[in-house]
Amino acid sequence: MIKEDKSRVTFNLNGTPQTVFASQIRRFSDVLREDLGLKGTKVGCDAGDCGACTILINGEQRYACLTATGQLEGCDVRTVEGLSKNGELTSLQHSFLEEGAAQCGICTPGMLMAAQSLLDQVPHPSEDQVLEALSGVLCRCTGYTKIVKAVINSGQKQTSISSPDAGNAVGSRMVKVDGQKKLTGEELFGADKAPEDSLWLRTIRSPYARARFSLINTEKVLKKYSGLVKVLTADDVPGNNGFGIYPHIKDQPVLAKDHVRFRGEAVAALVGDRESVESVSEEDLNLTWQPLEPVRGLDNALAGNLDPVQSEFPDNTLSRGFVKKCDVEKGFSESHTVAEGIWTTSAIEHGYIEPEAGFANRIGDRLEIFVCTQTPYMDQSEVAQVLGIDKHQVRIIPSAVGGGFGGKLDMSVQPLVAVASWVLNRPVKCVYTRPESLASTTKRHPVRIRAKAGCSSEGKLTAFEFHGDFNTGAYASWGPTVADRVPIHCTGPYFVPKMLSETKALFTNESPSGAFRGFGTPQAAIAHEALMDTLAEKICMDPLDFRIKNALRKGDHTNTGQLLENSVGQVECLEALKSRWVEWRKAAEEYNQQSAVIKRGVGSGSVWYGCGNTSMSNPSTIQVGINGQGKVTLYNGAMDIGQGANTVMVQICADALGIPASQFDLVMGDTDLTADAGKTSASRQTFVSGKASQLAGECLRAKIIQLAEVSDRATIHIEGEKLIAKDETGEHLIILSDILPQENGDVLTGEGTFDPPTTPLDENRQGSPYATYGFGAQIAEVEVDTSLGTTKVLRIAAAHDVGKTINPTQVEGQIHGGIAQGLGLALMEEYIQEVSENLHDYLMPTVGDMPSIEVILIEDPEPFGPYGAKGIGEHALIPTAPAILGGIKHATGVAIHHLPATPDRVFSEIQQAGNNNANA
Amino acid sequence: MMLNYYRPDNLNDGLVALSENSWTLLAGGTDFYPARVGKHLNEKVMDLTGIRELRSIRETEDQIYIGALTTWTDIVNANLPAAFEGLRKASKTIGGVQTQNAGTICGNICNASPAADSVPNLMALDAKVQLMSVKETRMLPLEEFILGNRKTARKSDEFVTGLIIPHPGKDARGNFEKLGSRAFLVISIAMVGVVAELNESEEIENLNVAVGACSAVSQRLYLLEKEAKGQKLQDLEIKPLHLENLEPIDDIRGTAAYRNAVIPELVMRAVKGVL
Ligand code: FES
Ligand code: FES
Repeated sequence: MIKEDKSRVTFNLNGTPQTVFASQIRRFSDVLREDLGLKGTKVGCDAGDCGACTILINGEQRYACLTATGQLEGCDVRTVEGLSKNGELTSLQHSFLEEGAAQCGICTPGMLMAAQSLLDQVPHPSEDQVLEALSGVLCRCTGYTKIVKAVINSGQKQTSISSPDAGNAVGSRMVKVDGQKKLTGEELFGADKAPEDSLWLRTIRSPYARARFSLINTEKVLKKYSGLVKVLTADDVPGNNGFGIYPHIKDQPVLAKDHVRFRGEAVAALVGDRESVESVSEEDLNLTWQPLEPVRGLDNALAGNLDPVQSEFPDNTLSRGFVKKCDVEKGFSESHTVAEGIWTTSAIEHGYIEPEAGFANRIGDRLEIFVCTQTPYMDQSEVAQVLGIDKHQVRIIPSAVGGGFGGKLDMSVQPLVAVASWVLNRPVKCVYTRPESLASTTKRHPVRIRAKAGCSSEGKLTAFEFHGDFNTGAYASWGPTVADRVPIHCTGPYFVPKMLSETKALFTNESPSGAFRGFGTPQAAIAHEALMDTLAEKICMDPLDFRIKNALRKGDHTNTGQLLENSVGQVECLEALKSRWVEWRKAAEEYNQQSAVIKRGVGSGSVWYGCGNTSMSNPSTIQVGINGQGKVTLYNGAMDIGQGANTVMVQICADALGIPASQFDLVMGDTDLTADAGKTSASRQTFVSGKASQLAGECLRAKIIQLAEVSDRATIHIEGEKLIAKDETGEHLIILSDILPQENGDVLTGEGTFDPPTTPLDENRQGSPYATYGFGAQIAEVEVDTSLGTTKVLRIAAAHDVGKTINPTQVEGQIHGGIAQGLGLALMEEYIQEVSENLHDYLMPTVGDMPSIEVILIEDPEPFGPYGAKGIGEHALIPTAPAILGGIKHATGVAIHHLPATPDRVFSEIQQAGNNNANA
Repeated sequence: MMLNYYRPDNLNDGLVALSENSWTLLAGGTDFYPARVGKHLNEKVMDLTGIRELRSIRETEDQIYIGALTTWTDIVNANLPAAFEGLRKASKTIGGVQTQNAGTICGNICNASPAADSVPNLMALDAKVQLMSVKETRMLPLEEFILGNRKTARKSDEFVTGLIIPHPGKDARGNFEKLGSRAFLVISIAMVGVVAELNESEEIENLNVAVGACSAVSQRLYLLEKEAKGQKLQDLEIKPLHLENLEPIDDIRGTAAYRNAVIPELVMRAVKGVL
């Protein structure tokens, strides 16, 4: 082994001369982060695919992860830390903050630097110049729309950012409470913090989809690498070597024992100094593999000719779901027209730009874990059972989360660093590489759907039948949830008198499928919307009118027989799109008259989606406190993963309490410091935790009113230790520092808990599974190059009923981001094991792929929600792919049944249609 | 102590070092680092980026020299003859701007990926590769330099020092068509580089066409080029025989059948686009 030789490299860093003593071949991103402690430059791939590490070298944007440190000699380097001076944001950063261009913020430093390189040359760039300048940075949250706008607007005169007054936070475009630090590089994500003396953990993973293996002798490798401290195997797990979402299914081992079930499964973990653990080769390890024939794909899983993936499930069926409403056969026999089809979709990667990362630190008989997660409280119990300790011995301190989308609901690094730190009594850190993240974490379920719908001659839906087989991969993860949610939603937001839906989650030796924005309903929406289009076409009705005619309305009963009493904005959403629909369809048809090769088309998609868990209690508790010095703190357990829960919770609580939102401090998600606000999933945080936040604010306000003996119309002002409550009888003073504080220093506290009311489902799955539903519709105009099969989405209009908009900027951001992911699902995203384990073979939309987007917000208030609000996170994504596919059909006449609609698939459909026409 | 990183500041020092030891050569890093994600870097690397003399473009009456370390951005910004338009367009589609600012043209050909966007353009320009060792300097046509998928004729003691392109003349024009599944940061499903010369009545005087990502190494379409001479641009027709030396495969970016079906259209667009 060649000894690492270090040298001095001198360069100018953010205006100051800097010398590092480092191996010159090391990636400069690594030297910046680890040696110089500048964590603002992020690493999402180490391969030049994501742009998170973008810095300026001699004024040019460069990927720091592809730059040898030795190349920096004599260069001028700028990083995100060099943008703002003395805490003053630059006009670019200011513009990002105001536009809401940073959601999770993991891409933001790279975006800022890429934009800065352009603005240094061109202070007032055109949109095309901005697109080109940002072409090398991926964002998975924002759909790029607000980023592009922020860059274009950054040259304009800045107004100072104003914060809403008391009582006016809800509904305002308040900037993110945690926005500033996302722009300066100060925000700490999973990989950005760890004790100095942390050991490094690297996981050894299976290269086979299914195999037996043995790892006999680890002494040799420990001897060869003096910095290697431990090779962890299954036998080192002190508690239960299994984890999983469901209390009764802990089927995924932390480290596999003897047998692996998917490529990428962890079999051992190397712990030691980073250089040593990264130097160990597979040969060093004495691993022997005996590959077995894997169960691949749904047909294989159903055929049952191979050993089942998990022996307890002989037919590979993890779970089934269904909903039955009246006699569907009768419904079809009464139908005038029937449409049916089969659709398949591919595995899809969440593609958050932040790979999983964190560290664990054992402190006495407790373990602390700093990690990026969507669900700190669930992590706490999971880690505890893996370690065989009480859950109160585990503290989860969530880092800022660089995107989640459902993928950070399952554990990743948590149990690994936990076991290592617990066993070794040392802090242990782990950062997944991108290939590791892709190979080992969950995906969106691939599915095969068979569906059929019928309508009357007047175009009223009469019957609907749905069968969905979901490939749930090697372990259960969220498979049962998907199998459960889909049958309820599978008709789309339409009234169907008679329906039957059945789903299965099937094990295969593929990546575990888990939770991904929409839990299977985005896949189902492709089928129900295609059926609506076909029925409308068959009875010669306009597709949008058909949808309006059948849309769920107040007073309707859903598939599960739930009476919809409030907040059913589906018809309003569709009607809001009507004039654009007519105009765009006409324009497309006119365009096609004079264009032979390039064809345009306009399609639509609709969504309804229940907010919160299905027929299950899912309470949130939020706390708020004021300390003796008048500091107001919101203890927010509702994880902000970029979507903006921190801001929403503050806005709601501030108005409920009656003080300005700017007076709030925030503690997020720490299991020692906040109450359980459940998971950031199922579009529940604004609705459920938001309500809890409102109740917490009201609770604290009631206490103040009582203490100050004022009327409940009183205004509240906090100035240092003085709290002044003012009503018609005058000013009433409370000296906060006179009140006996509780342990955390707070003298007055409020707490709110909300659990959305649902009912269990009966033997036909009838009942009220959700307290409320979000509704929406989108239309998309696409352009298909019929000679090459390529599709470009030109524009999208999106109308969503959110009950009440707590923060328009954030709701728009959710919709833009959902559309970007829906576009990826429709046109390009397909995860194939072994083949697409990087971000240049796994394609996600870039800044150049986005259409222009118009957002229309409909507010039909939800009485249970905070100020009438309900969720939007998942709703935004669901209608996009159907609208795009409908557009392709309108443009070319071909229906795409196998997703994604890549150029080769679209082309071959067009060819086939051409041949059929020629033969006919 | 033996160094594991060496960054010579002139060609000669580099060549001498290369004659004494075997080194992994590094330039823009855009292929080196992605192949080593999560690995400790401890191989012997010679970083060529200090050899300033290799980063230049020179035009003389009969040829154009492009130094090995010329970046994509250098090409975009250079004032090259119209025949280089295809190469220029290709340079703008390689990775993000960050990649274009770092990646070098000779790194691209040495990496010898079947999907290297520069290659069909350079083939259409009849580029020759200049190789240098302490012992000799030699030149190879690009088509003889790239031997297969990730295989080149470079010997371990040689540097690729640059490309020599016979001057295509003022009237020749270039073009590039790339087919991919997204707008930016996309690896080509197929691409076509063209250099053509037309006379006043839009008849083809000379046509060079190469197709990439449809065989292990980009291929010139010699038969088509021959038959095209004298034809009107509008009348040009691509026949299956013209594409016989292409051997597209099924991969994640597209099927072989699809590639076969769309290549004629892509070639036509590239050729007609020179106008
Ligand atoms: S980390 Fe450098 S491009 Fe992704
Ligand atoms: S804000 Fe861009 S990746 Fe999250």
